[in-house]
Amino acid sequence: MRRLTSFFEDAPFRLYLGLFLVVVFVIVGGILPWLAPTDPLEWYQSPRNQAPSWAHVLGTTSLGQDVFWLLTWALRNSLMLGLVVAFFSTLIGVFLGLAAGYAGGLLDRVLSFFMDALLCIPTLPILILMAALFGGQLALPAICVLLILFNWPYPARQVRAVALTMREREFVNVAWFSGESRVRILTRHIFPYIAGWSAANFINTVLVGIATESALAVIGLSSAQQATLGTMIYWAIQYQALLAQRYVWIGAPVVSIVLMFIGLFLVSSGLSMRSAERRMSV
Amino acid sequence: MRLLRYIAGRLVVYFLVVVFGLTVLFFVPRLGPTDPVEAMLAKVASQGAYMDAAQVDALRQSLADTFGLGGSLIDQYGAFIKRILLTGDFGPSLSMYPTPVMELIRNALPWTFGLLLSSTLIAWVLGNFVGLLSGWKPNSASSRTMEGIAICLYPIPYYILALVLSILFSYVWKIFPLTTTIRGAPWSLELVQSVLWNSFLPGISIVIVVFGWWVISVKAQTTALKEEEFVRYARLKGLSDTRILGRYVLPNAILPQITFLALQIGLMFNGSLITEILFDYPGLGLLIYSAVLQGDFNLLMGTISLSIIAVATATMVIDLIYPLIDPRIRHR
Repeated sequence: MRRLTSFFEDAPFRLYLGLFLVVVFVIVGGILPWLAPTDPLEWYQSPRNQAPSWAHVLGTTSLGQDVFWLLTWALRNSLMLGLVVAFFSTLIGVFLGLAAGYAGGLLDRVLSFFMDALLCIPTLPILILMAALFGGQLALPAICVLLILFNWPYPARQVRAVALTMREREFVNVAWFSGESRVRILTRHIFPYIAGWSAANFINTVLVGIATESALAVIGLSSAQQATLGTMIYWAIQYQALLAQRYVWIGAPVVSIVLMFIGLFLVSSGLSMRSAERRMSV
Repeated sequence: MRLLRYIAGRLVVYFLVVVFGLTVLFFVPRLGPTDPVEAMLAKVASQGAYMDAAQVDALRQSLADTFGLGGSLIDQYGAFIKRILLTGDFGPSLSMYPTPVMELIRNALPWTFGLLLSSTLIAWVLGNFVGLLSGWKPNSASSRTMEGIAICLYPIPYYILALVLSILFSYVWKIFPLTTTIRGAPWSLELVQSVLWNSFLPGISIVIVVFGWWVISVKAQTTALKEEEFVRYARLKGLSDTRILGRYVLPNAILPQITFLALQIGLMFNGSLITEILFDYPGLGLLIYSAVLQGDFNLLMGTISLSIIAVATATMVIDLIYPLIDPRIRHR
């Protein structure tokens, strides 16, 4: 508890603002979907093409779906995808980054090569290729796996760099000479340094994950039958929401993406500012 | 001699990266449960094109060639890599038969590179300028506003911004074209105007995001550099602010951006693909998209191999010129 209060005392303003935005979206995407009166994906549950009103806060689509409830489902799926991708990418990245930086030698060379090589491969074309091969659409779990495959090198590189400098620090040597085990040195002495960066990176990966899936979805290559922020935009474009001037339909997912990404970015940059300050003070 | 060794080492890595990328590309279609050739044939058939048995067989053969489906997996793999790296031959396009895939790509590449290069450059100049000024006086109202704006712009994906811009300036306020139509004879003034006019919205959507990043990071750099001894010395020497900023702060603030750029190229490339599709801009992104829609497998493999090679090459070029710009890094 003590740590939590001090965390907020020296946190920069942007961290608060970002956390506020993210919490709002987590509530909208995490809790509200359970309260939806009907399955918002079902067609013709509501009158079609309604403007925003009390009954339908954000209006309805030309398929008779309620835009607000659809948006809550879309947020839930997009957030889930982002979190799963970020969790596994960070886990794999931190583990392999530590292994590379701490072990050095051949293992380090091989792992570093894979990190650099994967970073050079543009993710989206590969996803497009997969989607094209498997019937024009990719299922969300498949997208998750591919995104994890291409996103672990970012945390791994950073962690490796930190681990490299750590290896030379006095206190790590002291720990080593006083007979502590490797595992203990890693978890007790090195990991706390990496935690801040990893948290920032985690948030960043959530952002990249959601952005990439939406990119795929906007051109209709993600699972169009699921509600995600990207597929909402895709269907709005498909049903000519723009020509019909139904801007709320397409605007709702677009504005959500913009606000949520600003929130996530504020949190991640706030976190890395904080861990940079800490590093200076140590 | 050291320089040569550095370049040689980097080239070897580059070569390995390209081979690795193509390896991924080779094995990815084989991961799935379906046979890609049959899937493609089904896709072509579903387009409504009638083909007799002989044509289907010819198509199957051509697809099998593209995949290199003859022989064992190892043989196929060797043949695939050799064909791409040595001859750059992806066979004929299936949807625009018999135009070779390479020719279609050659026509599309200048658009993609032109769009990305010019918008990155514009964003770079603007971002450095604004970032330097706001970093010099970090607490003034205008520099705080600029940073606020930059922070709100940077996290937005390119294609979302592209969508917003096209909603605002093509639907609501109809001043820019919705899709790209290039008019005019080659090398005429009309052509240049038409290209600029049509590239404006896709370009500006990339400029804005990259600009946001540059402002944020140059500002942070400048604020830190301001406290350095050499800057203080320059100020005590009585140099003007412009001279200190231009000669002492700017070179040091720019350098970290270059490594960042190398890491970011892949993401920028991804973003520009979708932006092109949204604006019907005739670059690599649109080519990939039409290949997907028409089930043109040769074109798809060609464009995606080329994307990988292009991004790897750009990253390598930046890595190679970085030590030339940064005097502190001499090839160890």
